[in-house]
Amino acid sequence: MHLPVVVIGAGHAGLAMSHRLTERSIDHVVIERGEVANSWRTQRWDSLRLLTPNWHARLPGAAVSGGSASRDPDGFMTVGEVAALIGSYATTIDAPVVDRTTVTRLGSHGDGYRVVTDRGVWTCAAAVIASGGCVAASVPALAAALPTSITSIAGLAYRNPRALPDGGVLVVGAAATGVQLAEEIQASGRPVTLAVGEHVRMPRTYRGRDIFWWTESAGILDERHDEVDDLVRARHLPSPQLIGTPQRRSIDLNHLGEAGVRIVGRLGRIHGGVAQFSGALANVCSLADLKLDRLLRTLDDSAGASRIDEIGPPERFEPTRAPRSPVSELDLAADGIRSVVWATGYRPDHTWVDLAVFDHRGRIRHRGGVVADAPGIYVLGLNVLRRRRSSFIGGAAGDTAELADHLHRHLDLTVHAGTPSATGTARHERLLATHATRRD
Amino acid sequence: MTMTGTPVDNGVNTAALLGAREALTAAPEAAEFTWRATCSWLNGTHTRSTVETFSGLGQQHSHVSAFTFDADHPECFASADHGATPAEYVLVALGSCLTAGVAAVAQHREIQLRKVTATVEGDMNVLGILGADPEVRNGYRDIRVRFEIDADASADDIKALVAQSQKRSAVFDAITNPTNVVVDVA
Repeated sequence: MHLPVVVIGAGHAGLAMSHRLTERSIDHVVIERGEVANSWRTQRWDSLRLLTPNWHARLPGAAVSGGSASRDPDGFMTVGEVAALIGSYATTIDAPVVDRTTVTRLGSHGDGYRVVTDRGVWTCAAAVIASGGCVAASVPALAAALPTSITSIAGLAYRNPRALPDGGVLVVGAAATGVQLAEEIQASGRPVTLAVGEHVRMPRTYRGRDIFWWTESAGILDERHDEVDDLVRARHLPSPQLIGTPQRRSIDLNHLGEAGVRIVGRLGRIHGGVAQFSGALANVCSLADLKLDRLLRTLDDSAGASRIDEIGPPERFEPTRAPRSPVSELDLAADGIRSVVWATGYRPDHTWVDLAVFDHRGRIRHRGGVVADAPGIYVLGLNVLRRRRSSFIGGAAGDTAELADHLHRHLDLTVHAGTPSATGTARHERLLATHATRRD
Repeated sequence: MTMTGTPVDNGVNTAALLGAREALTAAPEAAEFTWRATCSWLNGTHTRSTVETFSGLGQQHSHVSAFTFDADHPECFASADHGATPAEYVLVALGSCLTAGVAAVAQHREIQLRKVTATVEGDMNVLGILGADPEVRNGYRDIRVRFEIDADASADDIKALVAQSQKRSAVFDAITNPTNVVVDVA
């Protein structure tokens, strides 16, 4: 079947794009490997709630901000609530979803593209890759050296502590996933050792307001991909040490230490059943503390002196109490460690994209979601795709509006350029260059 | 950071470093370097190492001249003390790497340095190398670096300089993280 546009992935980003295309009367389908919001239904742990408060999770064309009107704007949705929100959003916007259909290849086809699935083939002038930024686990190669007697589980497969064997647990990674899992596993009676590399420390609330209220009002999440000082670094920043709970409490290494979690350096190697940890723990803690203070100063400056009555005085947090001489080597079995949880990050799975659009690290080269090496291909939902906000649910509205405009122009050009493809391409580039001045 | 308008000059060419970073990101194979030292036994525990050539940017390079480094053990170890101990060279490497890093980061952040001194100490129980106690490791148990920095910057900015220097230091990384070492005999 031929259509102007195929969107791949019916998560919040793919659906928001669908809404934008419908607004522009652009015919399309949204192909989904499972059900709408598949990764929220199948790849998240039981206790997870969104890191962003409900008021932040606005989708374009949704009936009410954050879903049901009765929902507390300052609360945090559970995984089930997120799946339900995205499911009802698909209904509200009447998205043309083709579900239970897995894309196995996206390749070029004449001037357009060919989308091969396990249930048929689509050809299209443009395709939007919205298959998710967090659908595959990034497990380091050193994991292969883990003795087979120790259970190994990636963050995407973890559901709750009961699935782990009794005994000690090594949690590798201290971003949002690592600190949340370390806390709940320790509370289940399994002593946790947490391997900590570079991390981002952030309080849940600051001066009485949610940290996302602050980063929004200071304009930090609006910062564009072409304004960020070091884009590669920004795109690979670990998620902040945050948890969404009804109590709106913070979670950091000091809290975990008080709960009995043993803090060690970044896992460097496993050899002969012995894990070796970096001796740089003190520095990564110091970097995180310094960075937190810089963030708080930025937030204080954004609020200005006049609003102290309204939002309370500035606060500073106790420096991280990193152990002075942390454990640098652990014989895992002798120490009683029975399982390792890899909270070492997530990545997109673009293995089915058969186009010359990847950099030497296997990442899709794009500029704000526009894949220049394959005109008509767009990508969504990745870290700092267009703005710091991009990977959050509330980031899809802005990104899809702008990319849908770009896509709309691409379709106009493709239609108007006629058949001779060399002429078409030259005209295409000329016209896109003209449009580029509009800051797409 | 300086309000005088005098350009900050720590003698570091950050423009060249940033240019190299950009060029090597585009051609990552050129970023593979191999550093090299040869060590000859002279007598007793006295050795002389030479550092002259290295490869990188897709070609062989030579230093301006061959540098030599004598190492030995001190008299209290019944040696002739012709040079620093090999373990002290580790401290030399760490101190010089972190201090060079402080200068480079300061230049990039436009902080004028006036004086930087790093004192590096490593604690070692020699029962390990003597083979007298299997519970004691051979290498350093703890290494401490103390920086004294006189610069046009706040205390927090100086702390951040030192933290960033550790973050980007080859020797700090080599010491704090495990490294595969293969030793064979020709």
